Amino acid sequence: MELLINRIFDGLSNGATYALLAMALVMIFKATTLINFAQGEFAMFGGFIVMVLVLEQGLPVWVGVIVGMLLSAVLAAGIERTLIRPFDPSDHLPLVIITLGLFLGINAIAGIVWRFDPRAFPEMFPSGNAFTWGNASLSWYTIGTLVTIAVVAGLLTLLLNKTKTGLAFRAVSSNLESSELAGIKVGPTLQFGWAIAAAVGTLGVAVFVASPVRQLEPQVMVTGLIFAVSAAALGGLDSLGGAIAGGLAIGLVQSIVVPYLGIPSELSLFAAVVVLMLVLLFKPAGLFGTAAVERV
Amino acid sequence: MSNSTNKSAPKGNASNGSVPVLDVEDLRGGYGAIQVLHGLDFQVDEGEIVVILGANGAGKTTTLRAISGMIERTGSITLRGDNIGTTKAPDIVRKGVAHVPQGRGTLPELSVEDNLLVGAYIRSDNEVDSDIEQWYDVYPVLRERKNQRAGSLSGGEQQMLAVARALMSRPSLLLLDEPSLGLAPIIVSELFERFAEINRENGTTMLVVEQNAQLALGIADRGYVLESGTIFAQGPADELINDDAIRKAYLGV
Repeated sequence: MELLINRIFDGLSNGATYALLAMALVMIFKATTLINFAQGEFAMFGGFIVMVLVLEQGLPVWVGVIVGMLLSAVLAAGIERTLIRPFDPSDHLPLVIITLGLFLGINAIAGIVWRFDPRAFPEMFPSGNAFTWGNASLSWYTIGTLVTIAVVAGLLTLLLNKTKTGLAFRAVSSNLESSELAGIKVGPTLQFGWAIAAAVGTLGVAVFVASPVRQLEPQVMVTGLIFAVSAAALGGLDSLGGAIAGGLAIGLVQSIVVPYLGIPSELSLFAAVVVLMLVLLFKPAGLFGTAAVERV
Repeated sequence: MSNSTNKSAPKGNASNGSVPVLDVEDLRGGYGAIQVLHGLDFQVDEGEIVVILGANGAGKTTTLRAISGMIERTGSITLRGDNIGTTKAPDIVRKGVAHVPQGRGTLPELSVEDNLLVGAYIRSDNEVDSDIEQWYDVYPVLRERKNQRAGSLSGGEQQMLAVARALMSRPSLLLLDEPSLGLAPIIVSELFERFAEINRENGTTMLVVEQNAQLALGIADRGYVLESGTIFAQGPADELINDDAIRKAYLGV
């Protein structure tokens, strides 16, 4: 029983990272119906920026996280402007290849700059346990990750629903041509989506490697991205709430179902994808997605 | 029917006291290598409803898309003396042209009220809310459904929403592309009555593309008939409606 409780908490805190990264994917998918395969690498790079700011430049950890999020947003906006916008947004194949290229390129650059050795990352949450019952315990880290996704989801919802930029973003996601006719400039609006996504992804990696048992390295999000894509698809790809539910669900599958069924841990990634396939078989739009998102 | 007489003088200094709201000369355009419009000349005066008639493929929709910068075009397009012939789509509405595209062009995932707010995207004045109330008064069904997703409305309601959204930008010229498409006849005649009313009460100048010639000529001041991308006939609405050749070709009588 205590083991189960611990596994649930572990699953939730892992799931929080997948959820943050999945929210980043959803921000871009909502607007462009494109999955940015480089999202995990954007986030990893942002994580290194945070590490440099905090451990090398001596900024307080949360200041470093926020500045790192802003810097990765600026970088992503630049990448959108130079590598994404010149291409026809309705033709996905070239864009997918660009995001795969970015995946490899950013990973290689991070490897050159910071090498492939794991690095320590500053702790973002108090260490130790907040509550203990016998052998079961709830750590401040788990609480911190869950509070973080709640705050991010709240802020994104406010941004999308209560600001003019958010309105433009939702309009472009819904109907490109009518948005243009209403005077919305599509390029900068999509750029805004890329920037927000990169900032959220950076926070996701920071939260992930802030765990006392993890370290930062260029490969940190390679499998994380697959979990995040699965989480986003499970949630429906165009729903922020779905991304959170999907992320937590994948985290729980990984930490509960896999050990209880005795599946070798090497297969845990595969198990997550199997769950995804089963859900999509019966509910193709995902758990919370908009069915048949028709674009004109 | 409204007339173009003696509205408040538009900016510009035409000798006869009135510059057309829209003045198009030698408009050419199309899609890629395919040219659809072969040099169109037409005008829309202040407060008029002008209709463009023509068969499928004559270039009616293309004409509107050329005006609002959705396709490559050449020639001169002047809006109240201001050249908009090279203005790109997102800036056209800032110049004062609101375009209701074919097939409604609502934002289906957004609520009715958000659709209207998107229509006011270019505005920064504080009368947006009162304008929304005004269009709710014109189309009460939109008020009833203001929190519903636009995609859940019926075709007729979506067309009302698309028109109200376009008018939220307070345009000098409203372009309507086939507003009757896919709607039941009774809905269509209500819709057109409302267009005439908006034109009468707000003085909104309209350029309407329409297959339903009978109905469109019923509310229009003047009309142009397009054929293969050129203007084949033009005249006051009541003359076109009585012209035998046009009756045969476009009115099906």
